[in-house]
Amino acid sequence: MMKKILAKSYLGLVLVLLYAPIAFIAIYSFTTAKSLGNWTGFSLDLYSSLFTGGRAADVSSHETLSALIAALNNTLLIAFIASLASTFLGTLAAIGIFNMKGRWKAAVQFTNNIPLLNPDIITGVSLFLLFVFLHFSRGYLTVILAHITFCTPYVVLNVLPKLSQMNPNIYEAALDLGATPMQALRKVMIPQLRPGMISGFILAFTMSLDDFAVTYFTAGSSGLDTLSTYIYADARKGGLTPELRPLMTIIFLIILAVLLFVNLRNFKKNKSLTI
Amino acid sequence: MFKKRSTWAIPYVIFMALFVVLPLLLIAFYAFTDGTGHFTVKNLMNFFTDGKFLNSFFVSLEVALENTLICLAIGYPVAMILASKDLNKSAVTALLFILPMWINALMRTMATAEIFNAFGIQLGKGTLLFGMAYDYLPFMIYPIYNILNKMDASYAEAAADLGAKPATVFLKVTLPLSMPGIISGVMMVFMPTVSTFAISEILTNNTIQLFGSVIQEQFYNMMWNQGAALALVMLIIIGLTTVFSSGKEDETQGGLI
Repeated sequence: MMKKILAKSYLGLVLVLLYAPIAFIAIYSFTTAKSLGNWTGFSLDLYSSLFTGGRAADVSSHETLSALIAALNNTLLIAFIASLASTFLGTLAAIGIFNMKGRWKAAVQFTNNIPLLNPDIITGVSLFLLFVFLHFSRGYLTVILAHITFCTPYVVLNVLPKLSQMNPNIYEAALDLGATPMQALRKVMIPQLRPGMISGFILAFTMSLDDFAVTYFTAGSSGLDTLSTYIYADARKGGLTPELRPLMTIIFLIILAVLLFVNLRNFKKNKSLTI
Repeated sequence: MFKKRSTWAIPYVIFMALFVVLPLLLIAFYAFTDGTGHFTVKNLMNFFTDGKFLNSFFVSLEVALENTLICLAIGYPVAMILASKDLNKSAVTALLFILPMWINALMRTMATAEIFNAFGIQLGKGTLLFGMAYDYLPFMIYPIYNILNKMDASYAEAAADLGAKPATVFLKVTLPLSMPGIISGVMMVFMPTVSTFAISEILTNNTIQLFGSVIQEQFYNMMWNQGAALALVMLIIIGLTTVFSSGKEDETQGGLI
């Protein structure tokens, strides 16, 4: 009994520490003070400002806010395009790798692991040098290509196990029964691989949303900001845009809801965490 | 057609050659050349002779090591309690500990720094270690929890039945069996800490420069060749760590999702 109480209170203590900063941000999203820790009364101004494009009392907030919203849009757009392209490229690659043999297969799988093991800064720096070397001007395209580079390995790793679980004869049966390779792919193979493709896509999407270092090095001075680079620039200037507080709170709640939903549904099915 | 399905990997192989292999070769190329494209070892020698580079390198190793140990010390008991069938029956509790992993690291770091500022705590080594432990703790808990959760509880029970004291059971059974989880946890914490740059800047107000920040600074000041040489040093360290640990790592764990 004593052990149980100790264990529970230890878990509780670590949880409180883990969530304190997020809770702090969430609490101060309901007051308009410029700096945190300075409570100037309950207000929903920051939320309404976030959705209407600036606070009425503060003209300069309109400009910061449109930059913030642009950064948010860029983040989502880049994550969406990069993870979609990664899912396509990675699924094709996984099918190819699965049917390879020997040294080639090992070499391709090894190379696929490099972006996973490399620290972000190495991936960022190396791609920066590539674009400099090729005289590629940096902007949306370079950032998206860079994100595809570190997202695709996750898709490959999520689709490969589905291929080994699949019965190889059904694809061939479809061909024998007169399906063209394209039809067999669409109607037989893809449905079997779909769970792996979906989890690969979700993982790629989160990795892209989360990225800072690679974006920082591949966006260059093109003025392209994602949420991460926006926050970094904000931090360097020495103050957090107040509207980031409600934005962070909303993002956190969305992630919480999605993960709880996905895991509770899966947990009923197979009694394990799927994160 | 379907016999040659291995050819489907060709687009990705070309893509990787261009965006994974070539860029890494370029790091080496820039590291060993000067601004005009002539071969030189000066950039690499600077790492050993310039006190600032070497100093930040050792500070980074030290901070990464301390952070890894802190995360392990706090995270291992958490993972153990979460995986124990008597102490925790809810998967949602486990989920709560892993959840912060999914929130943008820069946002979380910024939030931590804001707390320190609000309470008037001077930013420095202490806040750096605290903030980093907070950032990376979930990455330590997750793999250890995973492996303990899959572990057959009857090993520990058998050891206890045969007369082993709880401490002995832990040291001789649970700990060795959870080693693969510890190794991937250590990798998931050590590697990002040793290479981080923005996080340390925010948490120390740029008073402590880690190796990642120094690399970033070189590129920021257009000293690409010097930056590439430092990146090459980091690449070698990371490569050695990976080779050293991959022999023991459990490859069957699969992806994160």
